[in-house]
Amino acid sequence: MKNYFTLKQLVGVACFLFGIFVAVPLVINATGRWDFYYTLTSVALLAIASAGVWLTFYIGRINIGQGAFALIGAYVSAILVTKFGVSFWLALPLAGVFAAVVSILIGLPILRLRGVYFAMITLVLTQVVTLTALALPITNGAKGISSIPLPQSLSLFGITIIPDFSTMANTKLAFYLTACIVMVLCFAAMYRIVNSRLGHLCRSLQQNEELAASIGVNTAYLRIVVFAISSFLGGIGGALFGSIAQSVYPTSFQVADSINFMLNCFLGGLGYVFGPMLGTLVLYFGWDLLFEFGKYQMLVYSSLLIILILFLPNGLLSIRFKNSKDARK
Amino acid sequence: MSHLLQVKSVTKRFGGLTANNAVTFDVSENEILSVIGPNGAGKSTLFKMISSFLPTTSGEVLFQGERISNLQPHVVARKGVVRTFQETTIFKSMTARESVIVAQHLRATASLAGYFWGSKAARQDVENFGKHADEILEFLALGNIRNELTTNLPQGHLRALGIAIGLATNPKVLLLDEPFAGMNHDETMATVELVRNVRDNRGVTVLLVEHDMPAVMSISDRIVVLNFGEKIAEGTPHEIQNNEKVIEAYLGSADDEIGM
Repeated sequence: MKNYFTLKQLVGVACFLFGIFVAVPLVINATGRWDFYYTLTSVALLAIASAGVWLTFYIGRINIGQGAFALIGAYVSAILVTKFGVSFWLALPLAGVFAAVVSILIGLPILRLRGVYFAMITLVLTQVVTLTALALPITNGAKGISSIPLPQSLSLFGITIIPDFSTMANTKLAFYLTACIVMVLCFAAMYRIVNSRLGHLCRSLQQNEELAASIGVNTAYLRIVVFAISSFLGGIGGALFGSIAQSVYPTSFQVADSINFMLNCFLGGLGYVFGPMLGTLVLYFGWDLLFEFGKYQMLVYSSLLIILILFLPNGLLSIRFKNSKDARK
Repeated sequence: MSHLLQVKSVTKRFGGLTANNAVTFDVSENEILSVIGPNGAGKSTLFKMISSFLPTTSGEVLFQGERISNLQPHVVARKGVVRTFQETTIFKSMTARESVIVAQHLRATASLAGYFWGSKAARQDVENFGKHADEILEFLALGNIRNELTTNLPQGHLRALGIAIGLATNPKVLLLDEPFAGMNHDETMATVELVRNVRDNRGVTVLLVEHDMPAVMSISDRIVVLNFGEKIAEGTPHEIQNNEKVIEAYLGSADDEIGM
Protein backbone atom coordinates (compact mmCIF):
# COMPACT_ATOMS: atom_id res chain seq x y z
CA MET A 1 0.00 0.00 0.00
CA LYS A 2 2.95 2.28 0.65
CA ASN A 3 3.43 3.28 -2.95
CA TYR A 4 -0.08 4.77 -3.01
CA PHE A 5 1.07 7.66 -0.85
CA THR A 6 3.73 10.26 -1.51
CA LEU A 7 6.45 10.84 1.06
CA LYS A 8 5.00 14.27 1.77
CA GLN A 9 1.61 12.75 2.60
CA LEU A 10 3.16 10.15 4.90
CA VAL A 11 5.16 12.79 6.72
CA GLY A 12 2.03 14.92 7.04
CA VAL A 13 0.01 12.05 8.51
CA ALA A 14 2.85 11.15 10.88
CA CYS A 15 3.13 14.75 12.09
CA PHE A 16 -0.62 14.93 12.59
CA LEU A 17 -0.75 11.69 14.58
CA PHE A 18 2.26 12.77 16.64
CA GLY A 19 0.58 16.10 17.26
CA ILE A 20 -2.75 14.78 18.54
CA PHE A 21 -1.47 11.75 20.45
CA VAL A 22 1.82 13.06 21.88
CA ALA A 23 2.26 16.80 21.53
CA VAL A 24 -1.20 17.87 22.74
CA PRO A 25 -1.12 15.76 25.94
CA LEU A 26 2.44 16.98 26.65
CA VAL A 27 1.50 20.63 26.19
CA ILE A 28 -1.61 20.25 28.34
CA ASN A 29 0.43 18.50 31.04
CA ALA A 30 2.98 21.29 30.99
CA THR A 31 0.48 24.16 31.08
CA GLY A 32 -2.06 22.48 33.34
CA ARG A 33 -4.96 23.57 31.11
CA TRP A 34 -6.91 20.35 31.62
CA ASP A 35 -10.08 21.96 30.28
CA PHE A 36 -8.54 21.87 26.82
CA TYR A 37 -9.01 18.10 26.79
CA TYR A 38 -12.73 18.57 26.93
CA THR A 39 -12.65 21.18 24.17
CA LEU A 40 -10.47 19.11 21.88
CA THR A 41 -12.52 15.98 22.55
CA SER A 42 -15.62 17.90 21.48
CA VAL A 43 -13.82 19.06 18.35
CA ALA A 44 -12.88 15.47 17.53
CA LEU A 45 -16.37 14.07 17.89
CA LEU A 46 -18.00 17.00 16.11
CA ALA A 47 -15.47 16.50 13.31
CA ILE A 48 -16.65 12.90 12.97
CA ALA A 49 -20.25 14.02 12.52
CA SER A 50 -19.14 16.79 10.14
CA ALA A 51 -17.29 14.21 8.06
CA GLY A 52 -20.64 12.55 7.46
CA VAL A 53 -22.13 15.81 6.23
CA TRP A 54 -19.13 16.27 3.99
CA LEU A 55 -19.79 12.87 2.42
CA THR A 56 -23.36 13.83 1.52
CA PHE A 57 -21.99 16.99 -0.07
CA TYR A 58 -19.82 14.67 -2.08
CA ILE A 59 -22.88 13.21 -3.84
CA GLY A 60 -24.28 16.69 -4.39
CA ARG A 61 -26.72 16.91 -1.49
CA ILE A 62 -26.80 19.65 1.12
CA ASN A 63 -27.35 17.90 4.45
CA ILE A 64 -28.55 20.09 7.32
CA GLY A 65 -29.86 17.14 9.30
CA GLN A 66 -26.79 15.62 10.89
CA GLY A 67 -27.91 16.80 14.34
CA ALA A 68 -30.84 14.38 14.03
CA PHE A 69 -28.56 11.39 13.56
CA ALA A 70 -26.13 12.56 16.23
CA LEU A 71 -29.07 12.80 18.64
CA ILE A 72 -30.30 9.35 17.63
CA GLY A 73 -26.82 7.94 18.17
CA ALA A 74 -26.51 9.61 21.56
CA TYR A 75 -29.89 8.26 22.72
CA VAL A 76 -29.38 4.73 21.37
CA SER A 77 -26.01 4.42 23.08
CA ALA A 78 -27.35 5.95 26.33
CA ILE A 79 -30.39 3.65 26.39
CA LEU A 80 -28.33 0.56 25.60
CA VAL A 81 -25.86 1.37 28.35
CA THR A 82 -28.29 2.47 31.08
CA LYS A 83 -31.36 0.28 30.41
CA PHE A 84 -29.85 -2.86 28.93
CA GLY A 85 -26.44 -2.85 30.53
CA VAL A 86 -24.67 -3.16 27.18
CA SER A 87 -20.98 -2.26 27.19
CA PHE A 88 -20.28 1.18 25.74
CA TRP A 89 -17.81 -0.34 23.28
CA LEU A 90 -20.62 -2.39 21.75
CA ALA A 91 -23.18 0.40 22.11
CA LEU A 92 -20.97 2.81 20.13
CA PRO A 93 -21.04 0.90 16.82
CA LEU A 94 -24.67 -0.12 17.44
CA ALA A 95 -25.59 3.56 17.78
CA GLY A 96 -23.96 4.21 14.42
CA VAL A 97 -25.75 1.26 12.83
CA PHE A 98 -29.11 2.34 14.27
CA ALA A 99 -28.62 5.88 12.92
CA ALA A 100 -27.71 4.38 9.55
CA VAL A 101 -30.84 2.19 9.50
CA VAL A 102 -33.04 5.18 10.35
CA SER A 103 -31.31 7.21 7.63
CA ILE A 104 -32.03 4.47 5.08
CA LEU A 105 -35.75 4.57 5.95
CA ILE A 106 -35.81 8.36 5.78
CA GLY A 107 -33.47 8.50 2.80
CA LEU A 108 -35.56 6.22 0.58
CA PRO A 109 -38.23 8.88 -0.01
CA ILE A 110 -36.24 12.10 0.50
CA LEU A 111 -33.04 11.35 -1.42
CA ARG A 112 -35.02 11.71 -4.63
CA LEU A 113 -35.11 15.41 -3.91
CA ARG A 114 -32.30 17.66 -5.04
CA GLY A 115 -30.79 20.98 -4.11
CA VAL A 116 -32.69 23.23 -1.78
CA TYR A 117 -35.62 20.80 -1.42
CA PHE A 118 -33.44 18.11 0.10
CA ALA A 119 -31.75 20.71 2.31
CA MET A 120 -35.12 21.94 3.60
CA ILE A 121 -36.33 18.44 4.49
CA THR A 122 -33.09 17.63 6.32
CA LEU A 123 -33.37 20.91 8.21
CA VAL A 124 -36.67 19.68 9.63
CA LEU A 125 -35.24 16.29 10.65
CA THR A 126 -33.35 17.59 13.67
CA GLN A 127 -36.50 19.17 15.03
CA VAL A 128 -38.47 15.99 14.40
CA VAL A 129 -35.98 13.88 16.34
CA THR A 130 -35.91 16.41 19.18
CA LEU A 131 -39.70 16.31 19.42
CA THR A 132 -39.72 12.51 19.22
CA ALA A 133 -37.22 12.36 22.07
CA LEU A 134 -39.52 14.60 24.10
CA ALA A 135 -42.54 12.40 23.44
CA LEU A 136 -41.22 8.83 23.77
CA PRO A 137 -41.25 7.15 27.19
CA ILE A 138 -37.94 5.35 26.61
CA THR A 139 -36.05 8.62 26.11
CA ASN A 140 -37.47 10.02 29.35
CA GLY A 141 -38.85 13.24 27.80
CA ALA A 142 -37.35 16.60 28.65
CA LYS A 143 -35.47 15.19 31.65
CA GLY A 144 -33.37 13.17 29.24
CA ILE A 145 -31.04 10.44 30.35
CA SER A 146 -28.48 11.52 32.89
CA SER A 147 -25.74 9.88 34.97
CA ILE A 148 -24.76 7.52 32.19
CA PRO A 149 -22.00 5.29 33.60
CA LEU A 150 -18.48 5.68 32.25
CA PRO A 151 -17.34 3.13 29.66
CA GLN A 152 -16.44 -0.22 31.17
CA SER A 153 -13.32 -2.18 30.41
CA LEU A 154 -13.08 -3.96 27.09
CA SER A 155 -11.48 -7.39 27.02
CA LEU A 156 -10.90 -9.66 24.08
CA PHE A 157 -9.92 -13.30 24.71
CA GLY A 158 -9.22 -12.47 28.33
CA ILE A 159 -6.83 -9.64 27.51
CA THR A 160 -7.92 -6.20 28.70
CA ILE A 161 -7.59 -3.82 25.76
CA ILE A 162 -9.24 -0.81 27.34
CA PRO A 163 -9.37 -0.51 31.14
CA ASP A 164 -12.52 0.57 32.98
CA PHE A 165 -12.81 4.37 32.70
CA SER A 166 -14.14 4.73 36.27
CA THR A 167 -10.88 3.29 37.67
CA MET A 168 -8.79 5.79 35.75
CA ALA A 169 -7.16 8.79 37.38
CA ASN A 170 -7.63 10.91 34.29
CA THR A 171 -10.83 10.21 32.39
CA LYS A 172 -10.44 13.42 30.37
CA LEU A 173 -7.30 12.10 28.75
CA ALA A 174 -8.96 8.71 28.18
CA PHE A 175 -11.95 10.33 26.46
CA TYR A 176 -9.65 12.56 24.44
CA LEU A 177 -7.65 9.57 23.20
CA THR A 178 -10.82 7.57 22.48
CA ALA A 179 -12.36 10.39 20.46
CA CYS A 180 -9.11 10.97 18.57
CA ILE A 181 -8.66 7.29 17.72
CA VAL A 182 -12.26 7.03 16.47
CA MET A 183 -11.79 10.26 14.50
CA VAL A 184 -8.59 9.00 12.89
CA LEU A 185 -10.29 5.74 11.94
CA CYS A 186 -13.30 7.56 10.48
CA PHE A 187 -11.18 9.95 8.43
CA ALA A 188 -8.94 7.14 7.22
CA ALA A 189 -12.06 5.30 6.04
CA MET A 190 -13.36 8.48 4.40
CA TYR A 191 -10.06 9.02 2.62
CA ARG A 192 -10.19 5.48 1.33
CA ILE A 193 -13.81 5.84 0.18
CA VAL A 194 -13.07 9.06 -1.67
CA ASN A 195 -9.96 7.68 -3.34
CA SER A 196 -11.49 4.37 -4.35
CA ARG A 197 -14.04 3.66 -7.03
CA LEU A 198 -16.88 4.48 -4.66
CA GLY A 199 -15.57 8.05 -4.50
CA HIS A 200 -15.26 8.20 -8.27
CA LEU A 201 -18.89 7.08 -8.57
CA CYS A 202 -19.92 9.67 -5.98
CA ARG A 203 -18.27 12.37 -8.05
CA SER A 204 -20.10 11.15 -11.15
CA LEU A 205 -23.32 11.41 -9.17
CA GLN A 206 -22.48 14.87 -7.89
CA GLN A 207 -21.59 16.18 -11.32
CA ASN A 208 -24.39 14.68 -13.35
CA GLU A 209 -26.97 12.26 -12.04
CA GLU A 210 -28.59 11.58 -15.40
CA LEU A 211 -25.33 10.79 -17.12
CA ALA A 212 -24.39 8.58 -14.18
CA ALA A 213 -27.67 6.68 -14.57
CA SER A 214 -27.07 6.29 -18.30
CA ILE A 215 -23.77 4.50 -17.71
CA GLY A 216 -25.52 2.00 -15.46
CA VAL A 217 -24.90 3.47 -12.02
CA ASN A 218 -27.74 2.65 -9.65
CA THR A 219 -28.00 6.24 -8.47
CA ALA A 220 -30.76 5.66 -5.93
CA TYR A 221 -28.83 2.82 -4.28
CA LEU A 222 -25.57 4.75 -4.21
CA ARG A 223 -27.26 7.77 -2.64
CA ILE A 224 -28.71 5.57 0.11
CA VAL A 225 -25.36 3.91 0.77
CA VAL A 226 -23.62 7.26 1.10
CA PHE A 227 -26.38 8.75 3.25
CA ALA A 228 -26.23 5.69 5.52
CA ILE A 229 -22.45 6.02 5.93
CA SER A 230 -22.93 9.72 6.61
CA SER A 231 -25.54 9.05 9.29
CA PHE A 232 -23.42 6.25 10.76
CA LEU A 233 -20.71 8.83 11.38
CA GLY A 234 -23.31 11.17 12.87
CA GLY A 235 -24.51 8.42 15.20
CA ILE A 236 -20.95 7.60 16.29
CA GLY A 237 -20.23 11.26 17.00
CA GLY A 238 -23.43 11.61 19.00
CA ALA A 239 -22.84 8.41 21.00
CA LEU A 240 -19.36 9.61 21.97
CA PHE A 241 -20.81 12.94 23.00
CA GLY A 242 -23.40 11.29 25.25
CA SER A 243 -20.76 9.15 26.88
CA ILE A 244 -18.45 12.08 27.58
CA ALA A 245 -21.16 14.40 28.85
CA GLN A 246 -22.65 11.38 30.70
CA SER A 247 -26.08 12.71 29.79
CA VAL A 248 -28.35 13.18 26.79
CA TYR A 249 -31.20 15.66 26.46
CA PRO A 250 -33.55 16.37 23.57
CA THR A 251 -31.64 19.64 23.19
CA SER A 252 -28.19 18.01 23.10
CA PHE A 253 -28.18 18.47 19.33
CA GLN A 254 -30.34 21.21 17.88
CA VAL A 255 -30.95 22.74 14.48
CA ALA A 256 -28.08 25.14 15.17
CA ASP A 257 -25.74 22.17 15.62
CA SER A 258 -26.89 20.72 12.32
CA ILE A 259 -26.10 24.02 10.65
CA ASN A 260 -22.71 24.08 12.35
CA PHE A 261 -21.89 20.64 11.00
CA MET A 262 -22.55 21.98 7.53
CA LEU A 263 -20.57 25.18 8.17
CA ASN A 264 -17.61 23.09 9.34
CA CYS A 265 -17.54 21.47 5.92
CA PHE A 266 -17.83 24.77 4.06
CA LEU A 267 -15.16 26.36 6.17
CA GLY A 268 -12.66 23.53 5.83
CA GLY A 269 -13.33 23.02 2.16
CA LEU A 270 -15.72 20.73 0.32
CA GLY A 271 -12.93 19.56 -1.96
CA TYR A 272 -10.77 18.10 0.77
CA VAL A 273 -11.44 15.03 2.88
CA PHE A 274 -9.79 16.64 5.89
CA GLY A 275 -11.73 19.88 5.41
CA PRO A 276 -14.40 19.08 8.01
CA MET A 277 -11.73 18.37 10.63
CA LEU A 278 -10.01 21.71 10.15
CA GLY A 279 -13.35 23.49 9.80
CA THR A 280 -14.61 22.09 13.09
CA LEU A 281 -11.41 23.10 14.90
CA VAL A 282 -11.43 26.65 13.55
CA LEU A 283 -15.16 27.17 14.02
CA TYR A 284 -15.20 25.77 17.55
CA PHE A 285 -12.22 27.77 18.74
CA GLY A 286 -13.14 30.79 16.64
CA TRP A 287 -16.41 31.20 18.50
CA ASP A 288 -14.69 30.95 21.89
CA LEU A 289 -11.89 33.33 20.94
CA LEU A 290 -14.45 35.97 19.98
CA PHE A 291 -15.86 35.84 23.50
CA GLU A 292 -14.10 39.15 24.26
CA PHE A 293 -16.49 40.96 21.93
CA GLY A 294 -19.34 40.41 24.39
CA LYS A 295 -22.69 41.23 22.87
CA TYR A 296 -21.08 41.74 19.47
CA GLN A 297 -19.71 38.18 19.44
CA MET A 298 -22.36 36.89 17.06
CA LEU A 299 -22.04 39.90 14.75
CA VAL A 300 -18.26 39.61 14.45
CA TYR A 301 -18.47 35.87 14.10
CA SER A 302 -21.03 35.93 11.29
CA SER A 303 -19.27 38.78 9.50
CA LEU A 304 -16.03 36.82 9.56
CA LEU A 305 -17.82 33.77 8.18
CA ILE A 306 -19.32 35.80 5.33
CA ILE A 307 -15.92 37.27 4.51
CA LEU A 308 -14.30 33.84 4.58
CA ILE A 309 -16.89 32.36 2.27
CA LEU A 310 -16.63 35.34 -0.09
CA PHE A 311 -12.87 35.21 -0.38
CA LEU A 312 -12.26 31.51 0.15
CA PRO A 313 -15.24 29.81 -1.48
CA ASN A 314 -13.31 26.54 -1.56
CA GLY A 315 -12.56 26.59 2.14
CA LEU A 316 -9.53 27.13 4.34
CA LEU A 317 -7.59 24.21 2.92
CA SER A 318 -7.58 25.89 -0.49
CA ILE A 319 -5.07 28.45 0.85
CA ARG A 320 -2.51 25.79 1.49
CA PHE A 321 -3.01 24.09 -1.83
CA LYS A 322 -2.99 27.35 -3.75
CA ASN A 323 0.28 28.39 -2.13
CA SER A 324 1.97 25.10 -2.78
CA LYS A 325 1.03 25.39 -6.44
CA ASP A 326 2.41 28.93 -6.67
CA ALA A 327 5.59 27.88 -4.96
CA ARG A 328 6.20 25.29 -7.63
CA LYS A 329 6.02 27.89 -10.41
CA MET B 1 -31.90 -9.87 -39.93
CA SER B 2 -33.21 -10.33 -36.44
CA HIS B 3 -35.06 -7.62 -34.61
CA LEU B 4 -32.82 -6.48 -31.80
CA LEU B 5 -35.01 -3.66 -30.57
CA GLN B 6 -38.76 -3.45 -31.02
CA VAL B 7 -40.78 -0.34 -30.36
CA LYS B 8 -44.36 -1.53 -30.00
CA SER B 9 -47.22 0.91 -30.20
CA VAL B 10 -45.55 3.32 -27.77
CA THR B 11 -47.71 6.22 -26.62
CA LYS B 12 -46.84 9.10 -24.33
CA ARG B 13 -49.29 11.69 -23.06
CA PHE B 14 -48.41 14.70 -20.95
CA GLY B 15 -51.83 15.69 -19.66
CA GLY B 16 -53.81 16.58 -22.78
CA LEU B 17 -50.77 16.65 -25.04
CA THR B 18 -49.93 13.49 -26.93
CA ALA B 19 -46.20 13.50 -27.55
CA ASN B 20 -46.10 10.07 -29.12
CA ASN B 21 -49.05 8.16 -30.49
CA ALA B 22 -48.75 4.41 -31.10
CA VAL B 23 -45.27 4.56 -32.59
CA THR B 24 -44.12 1.18 -33.87
CA PHE B 25 -40.88 0.19 -35.54
CA ASP B 26 -38.08 -2.36 -35.27
CA VAL B 27 -34.33 -1.96 -35.19
CA SER B 28 -32.29 -4.78 -36.69
CA GLU B 29 -28.97 -5.94 -35.40
CA ASN B 30 -25.98 -3.94 -36.60
CA GLU B 31 -27.92 -1.26 -38.45
CA ILE B 32 -27.93 2.49 -38.12
CA LEU B 33 -31.48 3.75 -37.82
CA SER B 34 -32.34 7.42 -37.58
CA VAL B 35 -35.48 8.93 -36.15
CA ILE B 36 -36.18 12.30 -37.75
CA GLY B 37 -39.00 14.78 -37.72
CA PRO B 38 -39.72 18.49 -37.44
CA ASN B 39 -39.39 20.27 -34.10
CA GLY B 40 -41.86 18.98 -31.56
CA ALA B 41 -42.47 15.75 -33.43
CA GLY B 42 -41.79 13.74 -30.29
CA LYS B 43 -38.33 12.42 -31.16
CA SER B 44 -36.71 13.22 -27.84
CA THR B 45 -39.66 11.88 -25.87
CA LEU B 46 -39.47 8.61 -27.77
CA PHE B 47 -35.78 8.46 -27.12
CA LYS B 48 -36.26 8.93 -23.41
CA MET B 49 -38.87 6.19 -23.31
CA ILE B 50 -36.58 3.71 -25.08
CA SER B 51 -33.86 4.37 -22.47
CA SER B 52 -36.45 4.37 -19.63
CA PHE B 53 -35.66 7.95 -18.68
CA LEU B 54 -39.42 8.48 -19.08
CA PRO B 55 -42.19 5.93 -18.53
CA THR B 56 -44.52 5.17 -21.40
CA THR B 57 -48.26 5.86 -21.13
CA SER B 58 -48.96 2.67 -23.08
CA GLY B 59 -47.12 0.31 -25.36
CA GLU B 60 -43.70 -1.19 -24.72
CA VAL B 61 -40.15 -1.39 -25.94
CA LEU B 62 -38.50 -4.81 -26.25
CA PHE B 63 -34.80 -5.53 -26.42
CA GLN B 64 -33.97 -9.11 -27.45
CA GLY B 65 -37.55 -9.95 -26.56
CA GLU B 66 -37.33 -8.46 -23.05
CA ARG B 67 -39.26 -5.39 -22.00
CA ILE B 68 -36.96 -2.42 -21.31
CA SER B 69 -39.53 0.37 -21.05
CA ASN B 70 -40.87 1.59 -17.69
CA LEU B 71 -37.76 0.43 -15.84
CA GLN B 72 -34.94 2.36 -14.18
CA PRO B 73 -32.40 3.91 -16.59
CA HIS B 74 -29.48 2.03 -15.04
CA VAL B 75 -31.28 -1.29 -15.46
CA VAL B 76 -31.71 -0.63 -19.17
CA ALA B 77 -28.05 0.36 -19.42
CA ARG B 78 -27.12 -2.93 -17.76
CA LYS B 79 -29.04 -4.82 -20.41
CA GLY B 80 -26.94 -3.11 -23.07
CA VAL B 81 -29.09 -0.22 -24.30
CA VAL B 82 -27.19 2.97 -23.54
CA ARG B 83 -28.04 6.52 -24.47
CA THR B 84 -25.74 9.48 -24.93
CA PHE B 85 -26.62 13.08 -24.21
CA GLN B 86 -26.04 16.36 -25.92
CA GLU B 87 -22.74 18.01 -25.16
CA THR B 88 -23.87 19.96 -22.09
CA THR B 89 -24.42 16.75 -20.13
CA ILE B 90 -20.92 15.90 -18.93
CA PHE B 91 -19.03 15.26 -15.72
CA LYS B 92 -17.90 18.83 -15.24
CA SER B 93 -14.92 18.39 -12.91
CA MET B 94 -13.45 15.29 -14.48
CA THR B 95 -10.93 14.86 -17.24
CA ALA B 96 -11.91 13.05 -20.42
CA ARG B 97 -10.06 9.95 -19.22
CA GLU B 98 -11.68 10.01 -15.78
CA SER B 99 -15.11 10.26 -17.42
CA VAL B 100 -14.45 7.20 -19.54
CA ILE B 101 -13.00 5.31 -16.56
CA VAL B 102 -16.03 5.94 -14.38
CA ALA B 103 -18.30 5.00 -17.28
CA GLN B 104 -16.94 1.45 -17.21
CA HIS B 105 -18.99 0.84 -14.10
CA LEU B 106 -20.80 -2.07 -15.72
CA ARG B 107 -17.55 -3.91 -16.40
CA ALA B 108 -16.64 -3.91 -12.72
CA THR B 109 -16.08 -7.37 -11.28
CA ALA B 110 -15.26 -6.31 -7.70
CA SER B 111 -17.82 -5.10 -5.17
CA LEU B 112 -17.77 -1.60 -3.68
CA ALA B 113 -16.35 -3.09 -0.47
CA GLY B 114 -13.69 -4.77 -2.60
CA TYR B 115 -12.67 -1.37 -3.93
CA PHE B 116 -12.60 0.00 -0.40
CA TRP B 117 -10.22 -2.69 0.86
CA GLY B 118 -8.32 -2.82 -2.42
CA SER B 119 -9.00 -6.48 -3.21
CA LYS B 120 -7.20 -8.26 -6.02
CA ALA B 121 -10.23 -8.10 -8.32
CA ALA B 122 -10.56 -4.38 -7.60
CA ARG B 123 -6.94 -3.65 -8.45
CA GLN B 124 -7.30 -5.71 -11.62
CA ASP B 125 -10.43 -3.72 -12.50
CA VAL B 126 -8.73 -0.40 -11.97
CA GLU B 127 -5.92 -1.45 -14.26
CA ASN B 128 -8.32 -2.70 -16.94
CA PHE B 129 -10.46 0.44 -16.71
CA GLY B 130 -7.43 2.59 -17.43
CA LYS B 131 -6.40 0.42 -20.35
CA HIS B 132 -9.89 0.34 -21.86
CA ALA B 133 -10.29 4.07 -21.40
CA ASP B 134 -7.08 4.77 -23.30
CA GLU B 135 -8.10 2.37 -26.02
CA ILE B 136 -11.56 3.92 -26.43
CA LEU B 137 -10.20 7.47 -26.40
CA GLU B 138 -7.61 6.49 -28.99
CA PHE B 139 -10.32 4.86 -31.12
CA LEU B 140 -12.34 8.09 -31.12
CA ALA B 141 -9.24 10.22 -31.79
CA LEU B 142 -9.39 11.78 -28.32
CA GLY B 143 -6.06 10.38 -27.15
CA ASN B 144 -4.30 13.74 -27.16
CA ILE B 145 -6.89 15.44 -24.94
CA ARG B 146 -7.42 12.62 -22.46
CA ASN B 147 -6.15 14.61 -19.49
CA GLU B 148 -8.06 17.80 -20.29
CA LEU B 149 -10.92 18.81 -18.03
CA THR B 150 -14.18 18.24 -19.84
CA THR B 151 -15.26 21.84 -19.28
CA ASN B 152 -12.29 23.02 -21.36
CA LEU B 153 -13.16 20.89 -24.38
CA PRO B 154 -14.73 22.25 -27.57
CA GLN B 155 -18.11 21.01 -28.73
CA GLY B 156 -16.82 18.51 -31.28
CA HIS B 157 -14.65 16.79 -28.74
CA LEU B 158 -17.47 16.74 -26.22
CA ARG B 159 -19.71 14.99 -28.73
CA ALA B 160 -17.03 12.38 -29.32
CA LEU B 161 -16.48 12.11 -25.56
CA GLY B 162 -20.21 11.48 -25.11
CA ILE B 163 -19.90 8.57 -27.54
CA ALA B 164 -16.75 7.41 -25.72
CA ILE B 165 -18.64 7.38 -22.42
CA GLY B 166 -21.43 5.41 -24.09
CA LEU B 167 -18.97 2.92 -25.60
CA ALA B 168 -17.23 2.46 -22.27
CA THR B 169 -20.34 0.72 -20.97
CA ASN B 170 -19.92 -1.95 -23.65
CA PRO B 171 -23.37 -1.42 -25.16
CA LYS B 172 -25.22 -3.52 -27.73
CA VAL B 173 -27.38 -0.59 -28.77
CA LEU B 174 -26.19 2.99 -28.60
CA LEU B 175 -28.82 5.73 -28.66
CA LEU B 176 -27.33 8.99 -29.91
CA ASP B 177 -29.13 12.24 -29.12
CA GLU B 178 -28.59 14.70 -31.99
CA PRO B 179 -24.92 13.85 -32.51
CA PHE B 180 -24.53 16.38 -35.32
CA ALA B 181 -26.38 19.36 -33.84
CA GLY B 182 -24.52 22.64 -34.15
CA MET B 183 -21.74 21.23 -36.30
CA ASN B 184 -20.46 22.56 -39.59
CA HIS B 185 -20.30 20.34 -42.68
CA ASP B 186 -16.76 19.05 -42.12
CA GLU B 187 -17.35 18.28 -38.45
CA THR B 188 -20.59 16.54 -39.32
CA MET B 189 -18.93 14.36 -41.93
CA ALA B 190 -16.14 13.48 -39.49
CA THR B 191 -18.72 12.47 -36.88
CA VAL B 192 -20.67 10.47 -39.48
CA GLU B 193 -17.49 8.52 -40.16
CA LEU B 194 -16.96 8.05 -36.46
CA VAL B 195 -20.45 6.68 -35.86
CA ARG B 196 -20.07 4.31 -38.82
CA ASN B 197 -16.76 3.21 -37.42
CA VAL B 198 -18.41 2.45 -34.08
CA ARG B 199 -20.97 0.27 -35.81
CA ASP B 200 -18.49 -1.48 -38.13
CA ASN B 201 -15.65 -2.12 -35.69
CA ARG B 202 -17.48 -2.53 -32.41
CA GLY B 203 -20.60 -4.31 -33.56
CA VAL B 204 -22.82 -1.73 -31.94
CA THR B 205 -26.31 -1.10 -33.28
CA VAL B 206 -26.99 2.63 -33.51
CA LEU B 207 -30.29 4.43 -33.11
CA LEU B 208 -30.04 8.18 -33.50
CA VAL B 209 -32.29 11.17 -33.29
CA GLU B 210 -31.25 13.96 -35.60
CA HIS B 211 -32.21 17.16 -37.39
CA ASP B 212 -29.40 17.38 -39.91
CA MET B 213 -30.85 15.97 -43.15
CA PRO B 214 -27.69 15.51 -45.23
CA ALA B 215 -26.01 13.72 -42.34
CA VAL B 216 -29.02 11.50 -41.72
CA MET B 217 -29.28 10.63 -45.42
CA SER B 218 -25.64 9.66 -45.63
CA ILE B 219 -25.39 7.69 -42.41
CA SER B 220 -28.66 5.80 -42.08
CA ASP B 221 -29.52 2.32 -43.25
CA ARG B 222 -33.15 3.12 -42.53
CA ILE B 223 -35.07 6.16 -41.36
CA VAL B 224 -38.22 6.55 -39.28
CA VAL B 225 -40.05 9.86 -39.69
CA LEU B 226 -42.22 11.29 -36.92
CA ASN B 227 -44.64 14.16 -37.22
CA PHE B 228 -46.91 15.37 -34.43
CA GLY B 229 -45.96 12.30 -32.43
CA GLU B 230 -46.96 9.78 -35.08
CA LYS B 231 -44.86 7.72 -37.42
CA ILE B 232 -45.60 8.92 -40.92
CA ALA B 233 -42.96 7.01 -42.84
CA GLU B 234 -40.25 4.38 -42.58
CA GLY B 235 -37.74 3.23 -45.13
CA THR B 236 -34.34 3.65 -46.73
CA PRO B 237 -32.98 7.17 -47.22
CA HIS B 238 -33.95 7.00 -50.87
CA GLU B 239 -37.54 6.02 -50.09
CA ILE B 240 -37.83 8.73 -47.47
CA GLN B 241 -36.55 11.44 -49.81
CA ASN B 242 -39.34 10.63 -52.25
CA ASN B 243 -42.11 10.16 -49.72
CA GLU B 244 -45.02 12.58 -50.20
CA LYS B 245 -45.98 12.69 -46.55
CA VAL B 246 -42.43 13.47 -45.47
CA ILE B 247 -42.07 16.30 -47.94
CA GLU B 248 -45.41 17.66 -46.75
CA ALA B 249 -44.37 17.47 -43.10
CA TYR B 250 -41.15 19.32 -43.71
CA LEU B 251 -42.19 21.84 -46.34
CA GLY B 252 -45.89 22.16 -45.58
CA SER B 253 -48.62 21.37 -48.12
CA ALA B 254 -50.28 23.77 -50.48
CA ASP B 255 -53.34 23.85 -48.22
CA ASP B 256 -51.35 25.27 -45.35
CA GLU B 257 -50.39 28.25 -47.46
CA ILE B 258 -54.00 29.04 -48.23
CA GLY B 259 -54.96 28.51 -44.62
CA MET B 260 -52.91 31.56 -43.67
